[in-house]
Amino acid sequence: MAVFAAFVFSLVMFVLVLEMLRRKKLREKYAVLWLLVGGGSLILAGWPQLLALVAGWLGVQVPSNLLFAMSIVLLIGVALHLSWELSVVEDETRILAEEVAILNTALKQLQGEVRSPKDPGQSGTGTGHPVPPAAGDRL
Amino acid sequence: MFMTEPPRVLVIMPAWNEGETVGDTVREVLAQGKGYDVLVVDDGSSDDTARLAGEAGATVLKLPFNLGVGGAMRAGFKYAKTHGYQTVIQVDSDGQHDPRDIERVVQGLQHADISIGARFAEEGDYKVTGPRKWAMSFLAAVISRLAKTKLTDVTSGFRAGNVRAINQYIDHYPAEYLGDTIDSLVVAIRSGCAVAQVPVTMRVRQGGVPSHNPAKSAVYLLRSVFALFLALTRRKSQVPSDKA
Repeated sequence: MAVFAAFVFSLVMFVLVLEMLRRKKLREKYAVLWLLVGGGSLILAGWPQLLALVAGWLGVQVPSNLLFAMSIVLLIGVALHLSWELSVVEDETRILAEEVAILNTALKQLQGEVRSPKDPGQSGTGTGHPVPPAAGDRL
Repeated sequence: MFMTEPPRVLVIMPAWNEGETVGDTVREVLAQGKGYDVLVVDDGSSDDTARLAGEAGATVLKLPFNLGVGGAMRAGFKYAKTHGYQTVIQVDSDGQHDPRDIERVVQGLQHADISIGARFAEEGDYKVTGPRKWAMSFLAAVISRLAKTKLTDVTSGFRAGNVRAINQYIDHYPAEYLGDTIDSLVVAIRSGCAVAQVPVTMRVRQGGVPSHNPAKSAVYLLRSVFALFLALTRRKSQVPSDKA
């Protein structure tokens, strides 16, 4: 019975990952990992004696401990990977924020110049300072 | 003798909810009459810092959300580079840095790429004690050795930089805690920027409360040592000074 439950659980997970992939809710680079995990648990659910066999080879006394140990290592790896991805995303967000702020200020200065070409100091948005010539137009 | 116009100086002021003081500080800097351009980087303030700074005559860079002092400064450096400024100086918007000292700190750039307005160098009566003091003197000793010049206040935010420093900062200017002072300085030195120190007086902050308690100071010590360790092991920036 427990074997059957494990099998159903793995199958549901496998299908769920595929479905999320299909609906573009999950990107391939993350999906590969979960498909491997799902596939692995399907195999183990189908052939439970496999775990005992591998545990015997590795010298692990209780087969389930091997499973727990593998799960912990995997989850730590996933958490670390997500932190890394998050750092990358935060960095990209910061760069976008900088660029948006700079563009916004430039836009306001241009608008101020268009509205009062002779006296840009009257626009009241602090745009009265002449913009020094740009060394290069690129960031 | 050629009459060349002096290069324009951009005063960068990171400001986060500094509505109380930012207007006065901007006006005070502009009142120096040295032709400084003031850029206030509004670091996602929820008060009207941006409006008050603009009314006082500053150009305002409004970040859509809070990025921290380091993030704000980096945006400022990017602005400086985009607009071709040769010299930048960071000034606190809470009025702790005396605008009259700006000229002296900028003068320090004649012999260096980064010029630090230092609080402990003979002038003024700025004092700290306990673990915070140990951290500061330890950092000063290590970074002085790296920079091959005597530096007494390496966590000072009152800093000027030239084009070389701006380019280096844009390549590497961490937004994390303490990164904007220690980390940025150490990486700049290792990337070949020369550093000089100019003594300045520090004024009493115009608003807000400084945090002084032993536990916080101890954490400060640990974090600064950690920040230093990271900075010492980071890769150097490749900054040819003519990089466009």
